[in-house]
Parts: sequence; structure tokens; C-alpha cells
Amino acid sequence: MKSKKKKSRLPFLAQAGPVSAWMILFVTIPMLFIIFISFMSRGTFGGIIYEPSIKPYETLMDPVYFKVILKSFEVAIITTVSCLILGYPFAYYIAKKPPETASRLIMLLMIPFWTNSLMRLNAWMLLFQTNGPVNNLLISLNLISEPVTFIYTDGLVLLGLITNFLPFAVLPMYASIEKLQKSLLEASADLGAKPSVTFRKVTLPLTFPGIFSAVILTFIPALGTYTITDMLGGGKVLYIGNIIKNQFGATRNWPLGAALAVLLLLITALLIFIYTRFSKLDDMEVL
Amino acid sequence: MSDPIVLLKNVEKWYGKNHVVKNMNLEIKHGEFLTLLGPSGCGKTTTLRMIAGFEDANEGIIEVQGERVEEKEPYQRDVNTVFQNYSLFPHMTVYDNVAYGLTIKKVPKDEIKERVTEMLALVQMTGYERRKPDALSGGQKQRIAIARALINNPRVLLLDEPLGALDLKLRKQMQIELKRLQKKLGITFVYVTHDQEEAMTMSDRIAVMKDGVILQLDSPMEIYNRPNCRFVADFIGESNILDGVAESVEGTKIRVKTDNGYFTTYGEGFAPGERMHVSVRPEFMSVMKEKTEDFSIKCVIKDFIYMGTVIKTLLGLPDGREIKYTRFDLDPNVKEGDTVYLYCEKGRSVAIHADSTAESEADDEK
Ligand SMILES: Nc1ncnc2c1ncn2[C@@H]1O[C@H](COP(=O)(O)OP(=O)(O)OP(=O)(O)O)[C@@H](O)[C@H]1O
Ligand SMILES: [Mg+2]
Repeated sequence: MKSKKKKSRLPFLAQAGPVSAWMILFVTIPMLFIIFISFMSRGTFGGIIYEPSIKPYETLMDPVYFKVILKSFEVAIITTVSCLILGYPFAYYIAKKPPETASRLIMLLMIPFWTNSLMRLNAWMLLFQTNGPVNNLLISLNLISEPVTFIYTDGLVLLGLITNFLPFAVLPMYASIEKLQKSLLEASADLGAKPSVTFRKVTLPLTFPGIFSAVILTFIPALGTYTITDMLGGGKVLYIGNIIKNQFGATRNWPLGAALAVLLLLITALLIFIYTRFSKLDDMEVL
Repeated sequence: MSDPIVLLKNVEKWYGKNHVVKNMNLEIKHGEFLTLLGPSGCGKTTTLRMIAGFEDANEGIIEVQGERVEEKEPYQRDVNTVFQNYSLFPHMTVYDNVAYGLTIKKVPKDEIKERVTEMLALVQMTGYERRKPDALSGGQKQRIAIARALINNPRVLLLDEPLGALDLKLRKQMQIELKRLQKKLGITFVYVTHDQEEAMTMSDRIAVMKDGVILQLDSPMEIYNRPNCRFVADFIGESNILDGVAESVEGTKIRVKTDNGYFTTYGEGFAPGERMHVSVRPEFMSVMKEKTEDFSIKCVIKDFIYMGTVIKTLLGLPDGREIKYTRFDLDPNVKEGDTVYLYCEKGRSVAIHADSTAESEADDEK
């Protein structure tokens, strides 16, 4: 049994030789190293002491961290759901357009994504400053009398997250809506289904792989992000990403940072596992 | 009931500048098997889709069971469609596909089960309930598509080239089954195909279409034996078509002058000097050794082709065109290279007006 398994594995590895070498070097080894140091101890002045310890994981059980994780989940979930709700109709709209119009609309969607992210975040900050354009506009419209503080609020963080991840949600959903055969929708209508019923019974289930890809592509990075939360949130509220960054940076508690990273990794793996369970492998092309 | 079950009156359809259906008038009778037959792009699918409600007619009236439906959405119309590509829902089992129409109407579960079982038995697919469409062959998918469309008990079933994707043998078998099903259920079938043989075998009436116009609407036999224009004569079955001018008309006898000589046919309403065509089926064409005053088209025997039950003889006209005639036995009087003259008995050839007249006639016809 064992030898048989080895036999079938070798040619595959040989086939994927250069790719797997590359993967091992740049993905697997660093990842294993992270896992490895998450089980080590912290040096008094930072750095790693190579003594096995589960202290980092014990620290994670601390309610403080648990709250951070909860908060990060909350924000990631809100971001994901918002991206789906905003993205699905948009993806649907694009998919129903002729191909040239569709690719132009996708371009529009991608342009902000191609600009430097620091620049984009700074632009948001400028727009929402106490005496920035948004406040000025609201005051001139008499909607508010005093400038509102947007900067460093959860709302602005969410806005930044949603706008940042929207393209990642739209693209896979667009791909699966575009693949949907028009004649299936016609068949449904032909059999007596109102458009709303057709949407629920045919469109939604058949575009589910795209929706799930969108969830993975927004939820996982939203959970781990730190630039957006750092800049727009001003570090006032802590998220997993920021803590990891801090542990490897200022705080210099590498094992704890590594343990948090491992935690993120596990969540990601779990989601991808669920995904592959729910959708067939050939639907995964959008991922 | 003598009222038509489906009625199209002065229906026009444009796609941009493309005039796809032109002033169409069509009455479909209760319980009949009506086929729309015509070459690719002549507007068959468009006509069907207008009846189903997937396309809006630019002008005209469409009635189903005496009720105007132009303003109705597809889900409000009492017709069901069998699509060419089957269009089964890939995420549902065979059972759920067939049950779809009833599930939507919120029919009680027990009743749905009973009806689905009945439908699957009708299309001989009992036992496939749990399969997904992916795991069915083309013919099986087609049966499920038919069962799914029939479960709603439509009075009219629209079928757009339902057998187009099947191989010849399966297609022949399904043709017979579909016809049997239609007779058994007494449902009106509006069937689209560009396969004239299929149309001939299955239909009660055939509407031959070209460029958005119905040229002739008749029983298969009428269409075969009495095509009303050159296009229909040519499109349905094999035919030898001679183009010429009516030189002399005595009663019904018309002596036609063609570029290659004279040919005589019989028909009413032809005037001397009129441009016209004569259509002769290969089985009715014959040859003579000597020319006569009435028949003087000279040909050379080029080839004999054995086609199983019949032998087809190919003749060459002086202008290079080919004439075919078929016999059950080899004609002992002729051999390859012989010079002969075309001949056809009275009543075996069809006199046809030149195309422009024939088309405007078809337009006037209801
Ligand atoms: N959605 C559409 N937009 C623009 N033109 C169309 C559309 N659908 C069909 N047409 C045009 O209308 C004409 C008739 O098309 P239709 O599909 O009715 O033909 P058909 O008789 O069904 O042909 P086939 O045997 O190839 O299926 C064609 O010239 C076609 O190009
Ligand atoms: Mg068609």
C-alpha cells in the first residue's frame, strides 16, 4: 500500500519539479518556519530563543486577544457581506452587457486597484478630514452643522476595506454569472417561475461557486489586513493583522506573532476545505 | 373546437435593421402537429420564441387559446417549450427537474411525486429520478426535457429542433416516440426543424418558411406533390426543376420552352409567354429514345448509381446541369453514353409560377 502511494507520487513531483521547488522554497519553508517559531520562546530583548514552549498559544487564550480576534472577525464578516451585497448586482449587471462594454466596466472597477494602496488610503483620509471635502459638502447642504469626525472610526475602516476588496468579490461572481446559460433562465420562466423565483431557484444556486470564491477572496485578506486598519483606524482599535505586525515589529514578540499567523492560517485552511467540499474542483477556476 | 389554438396575425419582427419575420399569418389547430420548416436563419426559432414570449413581436397579434398574449410574460403563458440544448437545470436531479413546474405552483408533495412518476413512465425514464443531468446521454436528456415540459399539462408544446443534437438512428427512434406521445396526449405540437425528412414523417401540416415568410402551409403530401413555388419544390425532397416560358397553353396543357428544348406539363392559370418552372420528382421522370413535339430536351446518360432499393440514373443536360431519375430496376433500354429525351406523364409533373408571383400568393394566403 505504502509503496504504491510513493510510486504514484514520484512522477507527479517530477512533473511539477520546477514549480514545486519554487513553492517549497518560497512558500512551504517560510510557512514551516513560522509554525516552528510559534512553538519557541521569546527572548528577553526580543528575538527567538530556540526552546520549545506553548506560551504563545497560552497567551492567545487571553481574553484581550480573543476580543481582538472577535473584532477582526466582525469587521471581516461585515466587509465580506457588504462586498457580496454591493458586488453581486454589479457583477450581474456587467455580465448582462455585451463583452466589450463588460470589459470596459471591469477596467473601471480595477483602476483604483492598480493605484498605490498608500495613495488610495491617504486619499480617503484627505476626503474625510475634519475640514475635508466630505464635511464641507455636508455642511453646505445643511445636513450637519458641525464637522463630523470620520477619521479613525470603524466606519472609515469599513469603507476602506469594502472599497479595497470589492473588485475581488465582483470578479469571481461576474465569471460565474457570465457562464450561466440564458436558456436555463428561459426554461425556468417557461415552466411558470416569476423572475424572483428563477433567481432563487436557478441563478443563485448556479452562481454559488462564484459567491463562495468571492467570500474567500474578501474574507481571508480582510481578516489579515493591517495597512487599511492601521491607517484609517489610526491603530485605535486592534485587529489581528495589526497585532501580528506589532509582534514582529515594535513589540518584538516573534513567537506570539507567529502563533497568531498560524491561527489565521488555520482559519484560511478551514475555509478552503469547506469550499472544496461544497463545490466541485472544476468550478474552482475562478479562485 | 374549430378556433385555432395559436393564432399569429400580421406579426412582424425586426432585429435592428434585420427584418426576420415578415407579416406572418398562421393558424394552428387544436391537437395538430405543425412543423415550421426552412433553411437556417429563416426565422423559425424567432417565431417560436414569440409564441413562448421570449421575444416581443414588433407588430401584430398573437393569441393562445383565444387570448391575446403579446403583453404576457413567458411565465404567464400556457405554453411550454422543449429547448434544443435541453436546458436541464444542472444543479437539480432528474426528479427535481421534472417536478420544477409543479414545485413552483406549490402543488402538494404527494401529488408532485405521483405526477413525476407518471411523466417519467411516459418518456420511459423510470428509475433515473436520482441522477443529475450530467450523468445522462443526449437522448435521455431530451426525454427528461420533454417530461419537464409536459408536466404542466400545456395545451401547446413548442419544440425547437429537439432532436438536432442526436445521432441519426436515435433521432429516427425519437421521431416515432414524439409522434406517438403527441397522439396519445392530444397536445398541439409546434415543431421547428430544418430537416425536411423529419418534417415529412411527423407533421400533420408543414409551414415551409424562407426569409421570414411562410411560402406554403399544407399537409406533407400536398407539399410534396403540389409545391406552390420553386423554392418549396426544391427544398422538399429531391426534384428536377426546369425553368422556362409557357409557349402555348391549350386547356390545362402547357408546352414549356426551356433553353434545352420543349417539355410539356399540366396546370391551371398559366398564360402564354409567362415565365414558369416545371418540377418533376426523380421517381416520375422518364426518358424516350426519340424526341416529340412536346418533349425535346436532349440528355446524355452519365451514370447509374445503386442506392439499395432504387437505382438512380444521372443525366447531363447540354448546359451541364444534371437531371436525376430513379427506378426500382435497371432500365434495359438505355446504357451509359446514350442520348435520350426527357419525358413525364400527365399529372406527374408540377407546373409552378415564376418565384415572385408564387411568393406574393403565399403572402395573400391565410
Ligand atoms: N437575438 C438576436 N439578435 C439579432 N439577430 C437575431 C437574434 N436572433 C436571431 N437573429 C437573426 O434573425 C434571423 C432568424 O433567426 P432564427 O434564429 O429565427 O433562425 P432559424 O430559422 O431558427 O435558423 P436555424 O435553423 O439556424 O436555427 C437570423 O438572421 C438571425 O441572425
Ligand atoms: Mg433556430
